[in-house]
Amino acid sequence: MSINENDVILQVQDLKKHFMPHQGLLQSLGTKTKKVIKAVDGISFGIRRGEIFGLIGESGSGKTTTGKLVMKLIEPTSGKIVFNGEDVTITDRGRTKAYRRQVQMIFQDPYASMNPRFKIRDVLGEPLIIHKIEGDRLRHEEMIIKSLTEVKLNPPSDFMGRYPHMLSGGQRQRVATARTLILNPMMLVADEPVSMIDLSTRAEILHMMKDVQRDLGLTYLYITHDLSTARYFTDRIAVMYLGRIVEMGRADDVIDNPIHPYTRALIDAVPEPETGMVDIIKELPISGEIPSPANIPPGCRFHTRCPYAKPVCSEQTEPELSDVGNGHFHACRRWKEL
Amino acid sequence: MDKILEVKNLRLYYHTNKGAVKALDDVSFDLYKGETLGLVGESGCGKTTTGVALLRMPSPPGRIEEGSQIFLDGRDIMGLSEKQIRKDVRWEEVSMVFQGAMNCLTPVYTIGKQMLETLQEHREMEKKQAEKLIKEYLGLVGLPPEVMNRYPHELSGGMKQRIVIATALFLKPKLVVLDEPTTALDVIVQAQIINLLKKLKKTFDLSFIFITHDLSLEAEVSDRVCVMYAGKIAELGTNQQIYGKQGPMHPYTEKLLLATPLLKKKVETLSFIPGAPPDLIDPPSGCRFHPRCHKVMDKCKEEIPPLLELEPGHMVACWRCVK
Ligand SMILES: Nc1ncnc2c1ncn2[C@@H]1O[C@H](COP(=O)(O)OP(=O)(O)OP(=O)(O)O)[C@@H](O)[C@H]1O
Ligand SMILES: Nc1ncnc2c1ncn2[C@@H]1O[C@H](COP(=O)(O)OP(=O)(O)OP(=O)(O)O)[C@@H](O)[C@H]1O
Ligand code: SF4
Ligand SMILES: [Mg+2]
Ligand SMILES: [Mg+2]
Repeated sequence: MSINENDVILQVQDLKKHFMPHQGLLQSLGTKTKKVIKAVDGISFGIRRGEIFGLIGESGSGKTTTGKLVMKLIEPTSGKIVFNGEDVTITDRGRTKAYRRQVQMIFQDPYASMNPRFKIRDVLGEPLIIHKIEGDRLRHEEMIIKSLTEVKLNPPSDFMGRYPHMLSGGQRQRVATARTLILNPMMLVADEPVSMIDLSTRAEILHMMKDVQRDLGLTYLYITHDLSTARYFTDRIAVMYLGRIVEMGRADDVIDNPIHPYTRALIDAVPEPETGMVDIIKELPISGEIPSPANIPPGCRFHTRCPYAKPVCSEQTEPELSDVGNGHFHACRRWKEL
Repeated sequence: MDKILEVKNLRLYYHTNKGAVKALDDVSFDLYKGETLGLVGESGCGKTTTGVALLRMPSPPGRIEEGSQIFLDGRDIMGLSEKQIRKDVRWEEVSMVFQGAMNCLTPVYTIGKQMLETLQEHREMEKKQAEKLIKEYLGLVGLPPEVMNRYPHELSGGMKQRIVIATALFLKPKLVVLDEPTTALDVIVQAQIINLLKKLKKTFDLSFIFITHDLSLEAEVSDRVCVMYAGKIAELGTNQQIYGKQGPMHPYTEKLLLATPLLKKKVETLSFIPGAPPDLIDPPSGCRFHPRCHKVMDKCKEEIPPLLELEPGHMVACWRCVK
């Protein structure tokens, strides 16, 4: 399926999510921050119909919060979400429920998301009941079989009577995916945690997700901090840092020709299966860890860790995303000099 | 070069009520002083089990079976009593950074208190002196002394991992088992921790066993790599032999590498190994990998392939590789 640049299914406009600091427990343990936590601090992007859009960045950069905003699991502090031409930023309960059928979340920890006492048939039947999908038992059974076929668990009858623990990690993930597909969503949001899942199983899962996406013409928002996977799996990526997007473009452009110093640092840090590294202490272009979103540095928020930072970077206003042509955006003032 | 560790015919079974899980079956390898040996393989292949066996502390219902031999710096530790192990082997000679340990720091105690307790369990030491030592170790892992007064939730993942590493080094062990020490961290912090480990290794003249399922990461840290599958060693070779131009020999290693996504080279498809690792209560006959192997022959299904040295330092357990 070819992607039409102008056919945007999800548009996010200057979206923000600011959390009030925790009260109680943390304070009694001695934390005194009273500042708001700017988890997502003004991001805009559009995802095209049939596209796999990746969101990457370090831990704490605001990826999951963005995913939750898109899923409408939390309310934005400000900004706008337009889905399929409709402003869905604020919706009533009925519309929200319908929205969550169209935009489904894939849980990346299928252990946690499946009732161990349910057979696979019931795991898949449950969303049909929750969403009061019309049809009798037989019709529901057909839908279950169809979704198992879509994720290549063949023959479906072999799997329907099993319990989750009787499946391998890869198979369990297929069931979790089938569970979201059964409601015929238009878009899937997958938030991959820093995972213990091994590479072969992950490759298997990504293959399956890509096949499903192609077969059904779905759109994905794929959240990860693994650039290598993003490169293989996504069409476009947005790199987040401390609640903002600092670079965005076609996955190949961003990874082969990164512009923003933060993206460059991320790429440098990724290990490759090559020889000759064992006795080498890798030069890391940036040091330290991501600052607290309760204390965002002024100007370019990356300036405290940026190897190229000059006074202008902290003195002037925050750089906005700008296009270098071919839809490759970055937010770095000094990009021409790097 | 001197050997710090020799493991011979190590078997560790978990005696569950469904039967014995043969988590390690006849595993033999050596580790030289100052060397890093990597253990890689899919989930459940026995990496953590190997690590805890070296501390002689299998998690219940695990048991190191009769006939297993572990020599630490030339000394047979299988013959030692639990008391002796505690007195001068576990944590003293061999220590371990456990998988997920950074999330197991006690939330209600300060870092200083937790480190102090660990230290005083093993050493009779005045509080002042102990605190001085703690500060010294915090410095070694790149943390300021104020960290002592902080609680775990006030620290980032990378900082917590540094604390866990400092604690593992307290008693000046010779060998440290690092079980997925960076898996829960993002790439930049991971790279920082790897650099730190490399520096500490030099400073203290340590030997490492580095466990991970990430073959790319293993390539950056390990002098030699041991690939495990279903409780056995499939292949063991130098970094060059596993990652070099010639490529690995065992079909399992080959497949694992093909499932590793590369950043700088665009791959059209990422392959994977269909199926899952076997049930270790009743593992497959012959080569344990045969049900998933793309090069399987009749012989593989019947006879267990021996781990043979096919070129100097390169051990492989595969019938296809026996000429
Ligand atoms: N409910 C909340 N209340 C207060 N702060 C929050 C809340 N949820 C998230 N945060 C903070 O917002 C920031 C962004 O968190 P988020 O979970 O979106 O990051 P992430 O990019 O998904 O990180 P990771 O890679 O670790 O999953 C973090 O500093 C986090 O501590
Ligand atoms: N306490 C236990 N009781 C029973 N079986 C166990 C126990 N601990 C581990 N096992 C089993 O022993 C085998 C090896 O487990 P081990 O934890 O060593 O694997 P691993 O290679 O470290 O995997 P991972 O990458 O998931 O950490 C697995 O089949 C596991 O299910
Ligand atoms: S022994 Fe046979 S089944 Fe085992 S890895 Fe070699 S070729 Fe494959
Ligand atoms: Mg997250
Ligand atoms: Mg393990």
